[in-house]
Amino acid sequence: MEPTFVPLYAVLVSLLAVPLILLSSSRPNVREFWTILAGFIKFGLILSLLPTALAGNSVELTIIELAPGLPLLLKADPFGIYFAVIASGLWIFTSFYSIGYMRGAGEKKQSRYFASFAVCLSATIGIAFSGNLLTFIVFYEMLTLATYPLVIHKENRKAIDAGRKYLSYTLTAGLLLIASAAIIYNLTGTLDFRPGGIFNDVHVSGPLMLTTFLLFLGAVGVKAGIMPIHSWLPAAMAAPTPVSALLHAVAVVKSGVFGVIRMTGYIFGTDVMTAFSLNDIMLVIAGTTILVASLLAFRQDNLKRRLAYSTVGHLSYIVLGVALITPLGMTGAVMHIAAHATMKITLFFCAGAIYVNLHKENISDLDGIAKVMPWTMGAFVIGSLGLAGIPPLNGFLSKWHLAAGTLEGEMIIPVIILVVSGLLNVGYFFPIIYRAYFKTGDSSLDNHTEASPFMVVPLVSTAILSILFGLFPNLFFNFYDLAQLIAFTLFNGG
Amino acid sequence: MIETHLPALIALNFLVFALLIPLFGIWKRAVCQPLAVTGTGISTALSLYGFLSVLNDQPLRYFFGAWQPPVGIEFVYDGLSAFVVLVINVVAFIVLIHSKHVAIGEFAQKQMAYYSLVMLMMLGFNGMVLTGDLFNLYVFLEISSLSAYALIAIGEKGAPFAAFRYLIIGTAGGTFYLLGLAFLYTVTGTLNLIDMAAMLPELADNRAVVTALILMVVGIGVKAALFPMHGWLPDSYTYASSTSSALIAPIGTKVAAYVLIRIMLFLFGIELIDLVVPISTIVGILACIGILYGSIMAIAQNELKRMLAYSSVSQIGYILMGISLANPFGFIGAVLHILNHAIMKATLFMVSANLRMKEGHSDISLFDHTYRKKYPLTMLSFTVAAISMVGLPPLAGFFSKWYLVLGTVDANNWLFLVVILASSLLNAVYFFRILEKVYMSNPNSEVEASDETSPMDEVKPSMLYTTLTFAVALLLIGIFNVAIVSMISSMFPGGL
Repeated sequence: MEPTFVPLYAVLVSLLAVPLILLSSSRPNVREFWTILAGFIKFGLILSLLPTALAGNSVELTIIELAPGLPLLLKADPFGIYFAVIASGLWIFTSFYSIGYMRGAGEKKQSRYFASFAVCLSATIGIAFSGNLLTFIVFYEMLTLATYPLVIHKENRKAIDAGRKYLSYTLTAGLLLIASAAIIYNLTGTLDFRPGGIFNDVHVSGPLMLTTFLLFLGAVGVKAGIMPIHSWLPAAMAAPTPVSALLHAVAVVKSGVFGVIRMTGYIFGTDVMTAFSLNDIMLVIAGTTILVASLLAFRQDNLKRRLAYSTVGHLSYIVLGVALITPLGMTGAVMHIAAHATMKITLFFCAGAIYVNLHKENISDLDGIAKVMPWTMGAFVIGSLGLAGIPPLNGFLSKWHLAAGTLEGEMIIPVIILVVSGLLNVGYFFPIIYRAYFKTGDSSLDNHTEASPFMVVPLVSTAILSILFGLFPNLFFNFYDLAQLIAFTLFNGG
Repeated sequence: MIETHLPALIALNFLVFALLIPLFGIWKRAVCQPLAVTGTGISTALSLYGFLSVLNDQPLRYFFGAWQPPVGIEFVYDGLSAFVVLVINVVAFIVLIHSKHVAIGEFAQKQMAYYSLVMLMMLGFNGMVLTGDLFNLYVFLEISSLSAYALIAIGEKGAPFAAFRYLIIGTAGGTFYLLGLAFLYTVTGTLNLIDMAAMLPELADNRAVVTALILMVVGIGVKAALFPMHGWLPDSYTYASSTSSALIAPIGTKVAAYVLIRIMLFLFGIELIDLVVPISTIVGILACIGILYGSIMAIAQNELKRMLAYSSVSQIGYILMGISLANPFGFIGAVLHILNHAIMKATLFMVSANLRMKEGHSDISLFDHTYRKKYPLTMLSFTVAAISMVGLPPLAGFFSKWYLVLGTVDANNWLFLVVILASSLLNAVYFFRILEKVYMSNPNSEVEASDETSPMDEVKPSMLYTTLTFAVALLLIGIFNVAIVSMISSMFPGGL
């Protein structure tokens, strides 16, 4: 197989699964087979690109011209491949988990659900492999549209309101992105993602640069959940839990932070960011978001909403790491994409398993459930410890780099924020663990056992992955080397 | 032979069929629609052939009776007029195929008159686009307008009144244009556009010329439904027969917008247009107000056709804004949007015709989730057109928006930029409101909706596949827009 076409196949494979999924809607087992098959093929295709990424190379493919001089360009560079491996790998776990969850919860319109999910994954991989900003916009909007049916899946008042909120935030974001892309194109004559940025030889006035940056930050910041434009994310928890797990902890929100990194390192470039003090704006926003989101997480009794606020906080860890504009900070940010993905997906899987098995959504109802669901709660403990940044889990490693990056940039406040946030993480996860393990449950737990293996196996696996990646950061995929390589190219040019 | 007479053949062919239809229609009513389709088909084929050959060739100037201008009348067949003629003929061709069962259902007795009038209207529109003579343009304007008044009057209860209102306003508009032209004629002594354009630089600050420009822009602005001269449009499109709306809405205002391009960018040109009065700025600002006003009014409507009518007021603003930007990207955006909006609006009005045929109404508040099962393909077409209207890639609507946005950035016109983006959001509001109703069960209803009660019950193939064709076209135009844009780039007026 021609390696140049692999990125295209990787994008298309789940899109091709959509008609198959819809056609076999009357036979659920066949339908789910297509999802799983597409998942494995997609993951395999992306893995085949990994050696290219580790060698620091890219695979480029121009599909068609979208506008004169602006092709639909797929470019699998190390950073894109890194993100694609995470998203497509976790899709496989989520697909198995979805089967257990959707059937266990007796959800309707499952064909639409699995079809939309497949489209979302195509869009996510498309975002990962976008070679220029216009291609990025195409897939970014595609992701917006494909996620919408999943958010409104339950079709009750709450879900529809969440869907409206979701659309109004993300469509506005898309428009800001179009506006900033137009300005950037007008200024630089290109929209390519280039390590080091495309603004280096262009003279731009301060206010115009600031406007362009804020438009762009607003556009990618919505999906990255930075405050004050984060509130669609807790609302989107109305979706079925696998959606929250993969899309609202990994694919969609990470597309946002992916966009933040593309913007910082590949459009504006690190030099321009510091020259115009643009990174200071990001630092302030990210720092505030981390603290406020962690505090807000305390107030949520609904387990998924607490996790959502935790996600908002952790996404800003990544933004913070980027905004430091230091190689170590960037490494930490890139690593936290993977680390937060494995940990948060575990936690959401746990929340979904508890919901399907015990019909409990609120933290105050979780007394004593560890006895009934030992595997699930064990995984939950691992995930929450990791998010709090306790060694040897992978959350520690990324946080360590973030802190080191702060010191490298000779700053002190971000370190304090990270430490305080770590404590807050412990603070809002501990009550859950305490209730589950040390309180005795009521009679509603009688006659219940662990959730279906379709759910338990994926969530235990992702928990184990969190430990393994903490102990051996280069295991399987050389994530650590990749993160360092990505950060290195951003500071030393391609 | 065909090559040399092509411009005349494209337009006059409609006149032949306008006469043939009553001739055979008296004998058999059922032949009217096929004849109209054939007539439009011939002109479509000719304009396609002509468009392809004019792309590689010089613009063709056709002198009627071999009389040279300024004495004779000429048709100018250049890239731009060839493009617009092709667009309106293709759209009319598809809509006329679609019209068969709508016509039988809504006005079976009046088919002969209807199709004959359609041919006359098309003659007018084609003539307006092709002619190079400004008085001749007025003649064609009146031919198309008079036929359009009559067509709109064939409709629901409110239709005759709406048509009468349109007649009054439209005639006033036509008179303004004629008055402006008279001023220009007294100053220049010619009616030929190319001749006059050559003379105007000497006379640009002449008060008569400035007055003429204003009068002509106002006059054509009425026809284009430029805010605040759009008052005739919502009622006309709402009460006219579904198929008339589907035919007139995509074409009528576009032709007027095309005439504005000719007057503002070709006759006066970028150098002169704003010399005395900042006319393009004024048009641009009116377009902005129209864009926002149309979108907001569309949100407030409960009748699908009325909503689409207000949406037209808004969308025509995009085209006029692109013209007023007077830079390459703005021009590309405007001309591309003539095509895109023609197809989007045709699709949407055809969907409303399909729904009226099946449900007997197109009242949005009565839409429900059974439509998704009953009319899957019609609703799919609607969804595609709606998403294109909102302007999401890779559908056609995204790209005209993209070029317009580039144009506003190029002109440093932040107000226009904000208006375009805000309008996309407003579009999303009124289209997703419908999509929610159609694709989701009503969350407020107590009864659990069962999916089995509504088997598929699509409209007749002639209606269904024409609607689908346009929906597919929107995707294809979006993906292959570069091919179209590179053609548009060869149509730039001088000085761009």
